[in-house]
Amino acid sequence: MPTSPSDVPRYDLAVIGAGPAGLAAAVTAADLGLRCALLDAGRQTGGQYYRHPAPGLGAARPDRLHHGWSAYTGLADRLAAHERAGRVGFLGGHQVWALERTGDGYAVHVTLGPEAADRATVPAAAVLLATGAYERQLPFPGWTLPGVVTAGGAQAMLKAGLVLPGRRIVVAGSGPLLLAAASSLVTAGAEVPAVVEATAYLGYARRPGVLAAVPAKLVEGAGHGSALLRHRVRLRLRSAVVEAHGTDRVTAVTVARLDADWRPVPGTERRIDCDALAVGHGLLPQIELATELGAATRTGPDGAVALQVDARMLTTVPGLWSAGETNGVGGADLAIAEGELAAHAVADRAPRPALVRRRARLRAFAELMAAAHRPGPGWTGWLRPDTDVCRCEEVPVARIREAVEELGAGDPRTVKLLTRAGMGWCQGRMCGPAVAWLAGSGEPGPDRRPFACPVPLSQLAAEQRAAAEG
Amino acid sequence: MLKTEPPLDVVVVGAGVVGAACAYYAARAGLAVTVVDRGPVAGGTTGAGEGNLLVSDKEPGPELDLALLSLRLWRELADDLGAAMEYEPKGGVVVSSTPAGQEALRAFAAQQAAVGVVAEEIPAERLQELEPHLSPRMAGGFHYPQDAQVQPALAAAHLLREARRLGAKLITGETVRAVRRRPDGAVLGVETDRRRLDAPAVVNAAGTWGGELAGLAGVHLPVLPRRGFVLVTEPLPRIIRHKVYAADYVADVASGSAGLQTSAVIEGTPGGPVLIGASRERVGFDRTLSQEALHRLAAQAAELFPVLADVTVMRVYRGFRPYLPDHLPAIGADPRVPGLYHACGHEGAGIGLAPATGLLIAEQLTGKQPELDLVPFRADRFPAA
Ligand SMILES: Cc1cc2nc3c(=O)[nH]c(=O)nc-3n(C[C@H](O)[C@H](O)[C@H](O)COP(=O)(O)OP(=O)(O)OC[C@H]3O[C@@H](n4cnc5c(N)ncnc54)[C@H](O)[C@@H]3O)c2cc1C
Ligand SMILES: Cc1cc2nc3c(=O)[nH]c(=O)nc-3n(C[C@H](O)[C@H](O)[C@H](O)COP(=O)(O)OP(=O)(O)OC[C@H]3O[C@@H](n4cnc5c(N)ncnc54)[C@H](O)[C@@H]3O)c2cc1C
Repeated sequence: MPTSPSDVPRYDLAVIGAGPAGLAAAVTAADLGLRCALLDAGRQTGGQYYRHPAPGLGAARPDRLHHGWSAYTGLADRLAAHERAGRVGFLGGHQVWALERTGDGYAVHVTLGPEAADRATVPAAAVLLATGAYERQLPFPGWTLPGVVTAGGAQAMLKAGLVLPGRRIVVAGSGPLLLAAASSLVTAGAEVPAVVEATAYLGYARRPGVLAAVPAKLVEGAGHGSALLRHRVRLRLRSAVVEAHGTDRVTAVTVARLDADWRPVPGTERRIDCDALAVGHGLLPQIELATELGAATRTGPDGAVALQVDARMLTTVPGLWSAGETNGVGGADLAIAEGELAAHAVADRAPRPALVRRRARLRAFAELMAAAHRPGPGWTGWLRPDTDVCRCEEVPVARIREAVEELGAGDPRTVKLLTRAGMGWCQGRMCGPAVAWLAGSGEPGPDRRPFACPVPLSQLAAEQRAAAEG
Repeated sequence: MLKTEPPLDVVVVGAGVVGAACAYYAARAGLAVTVVDRGPVAGGTTGAGEGNLLVSDKEPGPELDLALLSLRLWRELADDLGAAMEYEPKGGVVVSSTPAGQEALRAFAAQQAAVGVVAEEIPAERLQELEPHLSPRMAGGFHYPQDAQVQPALAAAHLLREARRLGAKLITGETVRAVRRRPDGAVLGVETDRRRLDAPAVVNAAGTWGGELAGLAGVHLPVLPRRGFVLVTEPLPRIIRHKVYAADYVADVASGSAGLQTSAVIEGTPGGPVLIGASRERVGFDRTLSQEALHRLAAQAAELFPVLADVTVMRVYRGFRPYLPDHLPAIGADPRVPGLYHACGHEGAGIGLAPATGLLIAEQLTGKQPELDLVPFRADRFPAA
């Protein structure tokens, strides 16, 4: 028998994800006297928002690309102090593949990457999920060409290594991340001939009451706006890239106007030359670790499935908490507020009323923004029968339609079984939303998948042992 | 108001592989068939397991008779549908790690030979010819050329597509809530949450939920879930040629124990991933991932095929096999309710046994003498609780 994880001293709290939410939660929980493990698949803390170059790269001044960099350094300094005092163990390079409920707590099952011989298990009394989000992709003809990157990916590339995906980059899709990406790209020296946004964008901007209550957001929006103005970037609203052209690499895109349902309007197409396209349609919460345990979910106004939490950030699973994008996409400030709230609740301490109010305000704004960027059903109008939906397994639209119309698949899971769409390395993260639409079930429902990420077989075969602290 | 539909000859409840086979053979026999499922096609256990079509693991008896008939039918079906169903007549290799194990296999194979199962003894030194990556530490094995494989969801979907070409109707996303009966007890049809379907015959192909459906018709049928996990690796080149398993598998399959049993059956698939499964345990419908089951499957796979230690597991399938206490399915007319037919409870062999089940049901429905004696499969063999 494997040694029981309960043989080793366990943490009061295991925080999964060291982005804004997880960092804030871990340092706050440690401030309140809890012993925490902070785990992240990456080697560094920071998550998506505070992504920064690895120390060896010698990149200058990550703060140039970050609003609120000082918030990060503040959290990072507090973390370092807690680490020195032994109150927090930061476990970088620890990717969590499953949570197991043990008698009165959790065993957090971790892979240390394909090279590691062993498996690791972190025992904890409670778990806080702060695993963030991933980008929602909607396929279109040509989206698999080299030079087509995700909007967040372009942003992440810049932040991590300061490389540009091209020189003349069209930014397209929907959501606030497009403006952030475009602004970073022009600041880093790229030309951005157009930002193509599928919605009218006015949904939330028209509600000044809400915006005024969220000053940080306004400042950030204005920051992007002025960089974009300075570089004469054109914002094309109610439009989408309906095709990327090129043979070895993208050389141009076709942009068309969309009607209110996101259906391309014939005759409105125009071509824009470019050598890269950064495209994204918002973010989807990464919640498999919790849904696998049966945690209840809700479908947000953006159509994305998020965890259902109460005012203390507790999910419907005892001892399992959640903060940040896992509760619905809302940005770094909200993630920090929720991390702090959750830490208070786990430590059974009352949070400051101002923190509770701040979180409520930010969450309300996030919901408004989400509603504005919900994809319309007409987007499938830009697909062609031969457009690959699942790029890992090369499954085109026609095969998915056949599975639905002739083979009786009515949901994404059956489409997957009958076509292999979603069975590749990304595990359906890229094609999931598109497959769900084509299966006729609208947006995808909560996914229950036993593994949150692939696991080397040798590590499953190895006996269980507790993770080294460190 | 519920919609009513024109009268049918038969309603099949369940669009898993067994319901699909029943619909296919019934439609081929000229019957007007409608299949109803509360989910999509293959949304139940059929979409949650593997597609081994095995005779190698079965001792002589009614189940083996069914399996031999089924293998013949799978071969016939494969003429037209083989590629679509990913049918692979690849054969099985059962290995033993000790001389005593090999002796037991020999005795088992001798019994099977008497009823038509082909098996060839493979001495240790020749195992690598069949399976080059097999661990050299084996004492010997047996090659069963009749064992084959399909992709279960594709098999169910294509059987149903054929049935529909022959006139059958498919209704998905509707739950059967009642089995309607005449005052004398005979079946009149079913009621779903949306409509009424009139038919003098209803086939219970509700798999692991077959006991509930029997209950709707007023009879006792103790179908229970037996949980299983399967590991699915990253796509690999064809390093595993047959279905390979260790001799203990046969004992596990037949075991009445509720505790966790694992003896990995390992096989490649046309898509590339290798499947490693499956565990067996009786824990009701508990979906909780069993770390112990995963650990044992992985350890056994690496023991049989050391190369697998270097691969990555991408996914896990989890399903609930429909089992009856004596490990035989319920097939055929229920003597207690005229017009009620059962085709459920196939436990870990429902993919393999589906065509024979469908054919036998169709034969009964059309008043023919079934090809096999159905007495061992009668649904009233279990005393009411
Ligand atoms: C690609 C991308 C780029 C983005 N760029 C920006 C931007 O420029 N500006 C902006 O305002 N917002 C950006 N966002 C939005 C971002 O999600 C939030 O603003 C903010 O980072 C959310 O904080 P969080 O703590 O909830 O999640 P994140 O910051 O996403 O942190 C989640 C952390 O969890 C870790 N993790 C996830 N799963 C596991 C696991 N199974 N095991 C171990 N660790 C795990 C991840 O490695 C990550 O570090 C981006 C999002 C994405 C996906
Ligand atoms: C891990 C694992 C591995 C396996 N490996 C193999 C193998 O290698 N070889 C093999 O032969 N077998 C294998 N099996 C067993 C095999 O999967 C099953 O025996 C088989 O799928 C049963 O098929 P079925 O059609 O009877 O049931 P199902 O596929 O479960 O179909 C029953 C259907 O009935 C529907 N239903 C139930 N109640 C109602 C209602 N009231 N109204 C409407 N619809 C209803 C359900 O939605 C479901 O779709 C394995 C099983 C598992 C779990």
